[in-house]
Amino acid sequence: MSEKPPSDILDRRRFLGAAGLAGAGALLPLAAKAGEGAKPDPAITELQDWNRFLGDGVDKKPYGVPSKFEKDVIRRDVSWLTASPESSVNFTPLHALDGIITPSGLCFERHHGGVADIDPAQHRLMINGLVDTPMVFTMDDIRRMPRVNKVYFLECAANSGMEWRGAQLNGCQFTHGMIHNVMYTGVTLKTLLDQAGLKPNAKWLMLEGADSAGMNRSLPVSKALDDVLIAFAMNGEALRPENGYPLRAVIPGWQGNLWVKWLRRIEAGDMPWQAREETSKYTDLMPDGRARKYTFVMDAKSVITNPSPQAPLKFKGRNVLTGVAWSGRGIVKRVDVTMDGGRNWREARIDGPVMDKSMVRFYVDFDWNGEELMLQSRAIDETGYVQPSKAELRKVRGVNSIYHNNGIQTWLVHPDGVTENVEIA
Amino acid sequence: MSRSLSLIAGLAVAALVAVPLTGAIAEKAAPKPAKAVATQPAPPPAPVKLGLGRPALPEEVHAWDTDVRPDGLGLPPGKGSAKQGDALFQEKCSTCHGEFGEGVGRYPVLSGGLGSLTADRPDKTVGSYWPDATTVYDYISRAMPFGNARSLTADEAYALTAYLLNMSDVIKDPDFELDQSNLAKVKMPNADGFYLDDRETSEKQFWNKNPCMKNCGPAPKVIGRAIAVDVTPDEKAGPKVD
Repeated sequence: MSEKPPSDILDRRRFLGAAGLAGAGALLPLAAKAGEGAKPDPAITELQDWNRFLGDGVDKKPYGVPSKFEKDVIRRDVSWLTASPESSVNFTPLHALDGIITPSGLCFERHHGGVADIDPAQHRLMINGLVDTPMVFTMDDIRRMPRVNKVYFLECAANSGMEWRGAQLNGCQFTHGMIHNVMYTGVTLKTLLDQAGLKPNAKWLMLEGADSAGMNRSLPVSKALDDVLIAFAMNGEALRPENGYPLRAVIPGWQGNLWVKWLRRIEAGDMPWQAREETSKYTDLMPDGRARKYTFVMDAKSVITNPSPQAPLKFKGRNVLTGVAWSGRGIVKRVDVTMDGGRNWREARIDGPVMDKSMVRFYVDFDWNGEELMLQSRAIDETGYVQPSKAELRKVRGVNSIYHNNGIQTWLVHPDGVTENVEIA
Repeated sequence: MSRSLSLIAGLAVAALVAVPLTGAIAEKAAPKPAKAVATQPAPPPAPVKLGLGRPALPEEVHAWDTDVRPDGLGLPPGKGSAKQGDALFQEKCSTCHGEFGEGVGRYPVLSGGLGSLTADRPDKTVGSYWPDATTVYDYISRAMPFGNARSLTADEAYALTAYLLNMSDVIKDPDFELDQSNLAKVKMPNADGFYLDDRETSEKQFWNKNPCMKNCGPAPKVIGRAIAVDVTPDEKAGPKVD
C-alpha cells in the first residue's frame, strides 16, 4: 500500500528542480513562444508533486501566511540610516504589490522606542486638559461607540528624504516605501472628544503614545473635528502591534508622524506643545536658514512601481507599467506618465477605487522593443496641484528640508531590462 | 411610548434624507454630493453623550499629565544645574551621545552646529536649531535615557536640560539652577527661525492647469545614478531579457 513514487520520477524531479532554479528566466519566454519544433514544457508534461500528493490539511496555518515562493516580498531596512533598530524605519515593498490596499504585514514600520506590546485589557485612553470632564476609556468602551470605515494613505514626511541631493537608493521600496494604504476601522475623534466636552478655548490637542518614546505631537482642533479617526482595526483585523495595537490616531492626508500609535492620551490646550517631534524633527529647513513648521499636509505624489530597479523589465513586446499616486489634499484626478524623461507625456489609466486621501493605482499598457526608457509619473490632484520635478522643488526648498520630497522620480530602463534610479536634467 | 415616538421621529429624519437623493428632484437640488450615500440608510441620530467611559480621577490625570509646553505649563517642581548635569550625562547619556554631546555612531549630536543652518551640511542641534528650551525637558523626561524612559527624577531632568543648554552656551554659568519658574524664560538662539507652512502661496506655481504634454524641453541627460553611490541594501543580479 506504499504511495512512494518510483525512484526514477523522484530523480527526474530533483534534476528538473535544480535546472528550474538556474534557468527560470529563460524557460518562461520560450514557453510563451512555443510553436513548431518547440520542446514540450515540462511544467505541463511532467506530473508535479502538488498535482498528485495530498496537500496540507486545514489548520496547518491557522493564521495564513504568503506562499514560500513569495519569500522575498518583505519589508526591508537600510541599516546605515539610523542608530538602532528600535528607533528606525523599514520600507514597504511597493514593487511587489498591486491594487491599492497594502497587506497589513507589509505596512512599513517607524518606531522611536521599539514596538510597544500592549494587553488591550490594560490599555486606557485618557482625555484631559481644556475639557468639561477629563475622561478615561477602555478598549471595550471604544468598541461600543459608533464606528466608521475609511481607506487612507499613511506617508512618512521623510519618505524620499534620502533623495533630496540626488539619486541614492536603487529601488522604489527604499525611495518611496515609507507609505502604506489600508482600510481603518474606528471611531471619529469627535465622538471621543464629545464625551469629555471640549472647552471653547481648546484650539490644539496633544496626542501621546504609550510606547517607551512617549511619542507626542500637537494637532489643531479644526483637523481633529474634521476627519480624524481613532482606529483599532486595519484591513479588517486588529491593528498589528507595529502599527499601534490596540489603538492609533489616523490623520488623513497629513504626515505619518502625527498618526500617534499606541495612543493613550489626548490633552486639549490653547496652544501647540512644541514637542521634540515638531521642533527638532518634522520642520523643513529652507535655504535661508529658517524653517517651515506645521507642514502637516502631504502634497500630491506618485511613483512607478513596475518597472523599477527591483522589478526590471523581463520581456520585449507587451508589458504593463504600473504605479501608485496619492495626495493629502484630496482625490487624485489624473496621473501622467512619460517614457522619454519628461519630453512627452500620456495620461495613465487609473483603475480601482478613487477615494479622498487614498492611493490610486495607475497603469500604462505598452509595447517595448528594447529601447532605452526614462520613466516618470506625475500626479495631479483635485485642487489642481501638479507633482513638481525635483529641480522645481529644489529651486524653492533647497536640499536640506529632509521632509516632503514629492519630486518626480526617474527610472532608467536599459536595453537589457535592468532598471536604475537616476537623476536627470 | 416615548421610545416608539422617538423611533418614528428617527424614521422620519431618515426618510427626509433619503427622498431627495433618490427622487428626480435630487438632480436639481443636489447634483453632486452623494451618490454613495443614497445606497446607505441614514443613521439614526446618535446622542452626543454615549454614557461610555468614566471621569478620570485627579491622581490618574496627575500620573499621566507630564507634558511640558513652551509657556512652562506642566513643568514640575525641582531644580538642577549644568554642573550637576555633567556627572549624570556621563553616567546615563554619553554611551550614545558622547562625553561632549558629539554623538556616537548615528545617535544624535547634541552640541555645536551654531550658525550652520545655511551651510551645505547643517548641524541641527539643541543649541543651533531647537526653538524652545521646554522641549528639551519634555523630551528628556518622556523618552530618555533611551531604553529606560521615565526613570529620571525632576531634579535630574532639570540638571540634564541645564547641561545641554550650557553645552551650547545658552546658559553660560554652570552653577545656574534651572527650575519650574525660569526654564520657559530661556531664550533659544534659533527661537525666531521658524514660520508657518506657506506652501499654498510660496509654491503657487505647482498648481498648474495645463502641464506640458508634448515636446517639453530638450532631451534629458543622466546626471546622477544611485548605483554609483552604492549604498542600497541587497542588490541583486540583473534579469535575462528575451
